[in-house]
Amino acid sequence: MACKTPVKTPLGQACRERRAANCQEYQSPRPVALFRSAKKSTPCKTPSRIRSPGKGDRFIPSRRAMDLDVAHFTLMQESAKENAGSHASDCLSPTKEEYKRQLAGSLLRTDESEQCRILAFKHKAPAPPEGHVNPMRVLYSQNMDPAVRPAKKAFRHIPSAPERILDAPELVDDYYLNLLDWSARNTLAIALGSTVYLWNAASGTIQELMEAGNEGGEDYVTSVAWAGDGKHLAVGLGSSEVQLWDCEANKQIRSLRGHSARVGALSWSGPTLSSGGRDSLILNHDVRLREHITARMTGAHEQEICGLKWSPSGAQLASGGNDNLLHVWDAAQSAAPLHRIDQHQAAVKALAWCPFQANLLASGGGTADRCIKFWNTNTGACVNSIDTHSQVCALQWSPTERELLSSHGFSQNQLCLWKYPSMAKVAELTGHTARVLHLALSPDGTTVASAAADETLRFWKVFGGNDAASVPAGTRGKAAAKAQDSRSGLRSINIR
Amino acid sequence: MATAGATRETITLKGSTAIVTEFFGYAVDSILYQRGIYPEENFTRVKKYGLSMLVCTDERVRDYLKQVLSQISEWLLTGKLQKLVLVVASVATKEVLERWAFNIETDKESVQTGTTREKSDKEIMSEIQAIVRQITASITFLPLLDETCTFDLLAYTAADSAVPSTWEESDARLINKSAEVKLRSFSTKVHQVDAMVAYKNDDEGD
Repeated sequence: MACKTPVKTPLGQACRERRAANCQEYQSPRPVALFRSAKKSTPCKTPSRIRSPGKGDRFIPSRRAMDLDVAHFTLMQESAKENAGSHASDCLSPTKEEYKRQLAGSLLRTDESEQCRILAFKHKAPAPPEGHVNPMRVLYSQNMDPAVRPAKKAFRHIPSAPERILDAPELVDDYYLNLLDWSARNTLAIALGSTVYLWNAASGTIQELMEAGNEGGEDYVTSVAWAGDGKHLAVGLGSSEVQLWDCEANKQIRSLRGHSARVGALSWSGPTLSSGGRDSLILNHDVRLREHITARMTGAHEQEICGLKWSPSGAQLASGGNDNLLHVWDAAQSAAPLHRIDQHQAAVKALAWCPFQANLLASGGGTADRCIKFWNTNTGACVNSIDTHSQVCALQWSPTERELLSSHGFSQNQLCLWKYPSMAKVAELTGHTARVLHLALSPDGTTVASAAADETLRFWKVFGGNDAASVPAGTRGKAAAKAQDSRSGLRSINIR
Repeated sequence: MATAGATRETITLKGSTAIVTEFFGYAVDSILYQRGIYPEENFTRVKKYGLSMLVCTDERVRDYLKQVLSQISEWLLTGKLQKLVLVVASVATKEVLERWAFNIETDKESVQTGTTREKSDKEIMSEIQAIVRQITASITFLPLLDETCTFDLLAYTAADSAVPSTWEESDARLINKSAEVKLRSFSTKVHQVDAMVAYKNDDEGD
């Protein structure tokens, strides 16, 4: 170190001094040098230089495309080298030097005029969580062209009376069961006592799918859930069995065992069926596999599981139990829940994932709680909570509007439509005479079916857009059937 | 008090390195937030540069940045760092969609002989503030990152610098058909940082 610096400094200084001298020396001839280069490229002589910088001359009309800084730099370098060459009398021949200069010029004419090394850290930054949607999207859609943006509906009529009422005798009045579901193929499945009925919403035909406990024993259906294809139905039974039915062939495909008590909650995510039972156990079944149980989620709940919902992305599973707990599970991790939420004061049955905002979950509590709470399932934070003054039995988000429908028990037995996030009450739909246990949304997203302990099934057109154009092609049949219904007025049909 | 005020005006190489490193940390965080690379709830607000800045709280991101920035500060101290680039690339296609480049020019004399420069803290802060504001405002012209993206930091170092064991050589990951917007720059008189953003702009090429 000590011997190195004294050697280095004078040399460096000398160099710098010389360069400074060069600079000074070439300060005055600089325009000449520039001019010379221009002369070199053009054979004829320019008589006089035009002084105005903006106009350029007639041979180089536009100087905008030229990088004058780089040109100046290379010129200066050349003259510096010439100067140095005369001093140190380089052994390089002039042609070789020219070649070297050109080579360097062509190699280094990138935006980095110096050579460098590009390095990156080996351990990369983590990817954003699965299903993450850029929150900035809102900013880009806000000022969209009005022609592109869907016309804003200033006012939407919400019919206060049900569109249709069906009798549902022997519907078990049990808060912990999930007995209603509407398939993607427009078929409604409802369990009445020990029998599952399918009601085709397009044609209005009724079909008995199965009866539980036909081997002599007493049994009843505790839950139904349609698979995403709308063809297969999972049926949970009081005998702790889960059956899988092909509803086109009217045939039981397989039986899934694993629970030791009744299975009150079912939810599908692709080929995965999750089931929650009175044994406080949640099982994930891959219905394609022989060994169907892919995950056992145990120890989180202490009592019966009555609410179970997969998020639309399939990344998270929400489970609610009679132990007043709500758990959010990561799809990839079944050992422990992602979040354990104990803010409800009663059983958590009503669960609904928001369709327009990822990671937003709405949950409703039972009689002692009466609250609808909103959760950010990424952080587990409570976003909002409102007291509904009544037991919350079921929740259903609107697929089109930012609205949430909740169904309640004592004392009004009503359905409430809320605006989100203001939670202003838009409508209150009364008609049921006992608590409204189940809600199901039609595949076209306009109608909600509600099944209540008064043994009726009512259809409410709460989310409906009035325009026929918004009805997807696949559900035109239903729209036609509905039009027919409206002509014949309100009908009451007995399911059996 | 008087001495504290006096020393603040002097900028040493070490102090300048600290300022620039800290700036990179906050700049990266605010780009991650403004461009929506990570979910909003992973960010928390802190007061910095007289602004309210958003800082990512995800532990893995924090850990990554800590390790990268400590190396960056080492390079800054030796004057080896020429450029720091934040690359935003799609997770699915690996295509580079955005490139935030910070060119760094180091005052050679400060590195070699340790001379100090004079510039007030306030002045530097207001320059940094202007860049941060520009990053925030950038969402008005940058296109929406419609797919999930990750980011990566590239350091352009002098060719003669050694490669640390935890780092690897990378290509420049340039964007084809890009549009570039030059942002403001700031200087501590020891380090001069010029910011620039390049983004994918398909329409222009057609």
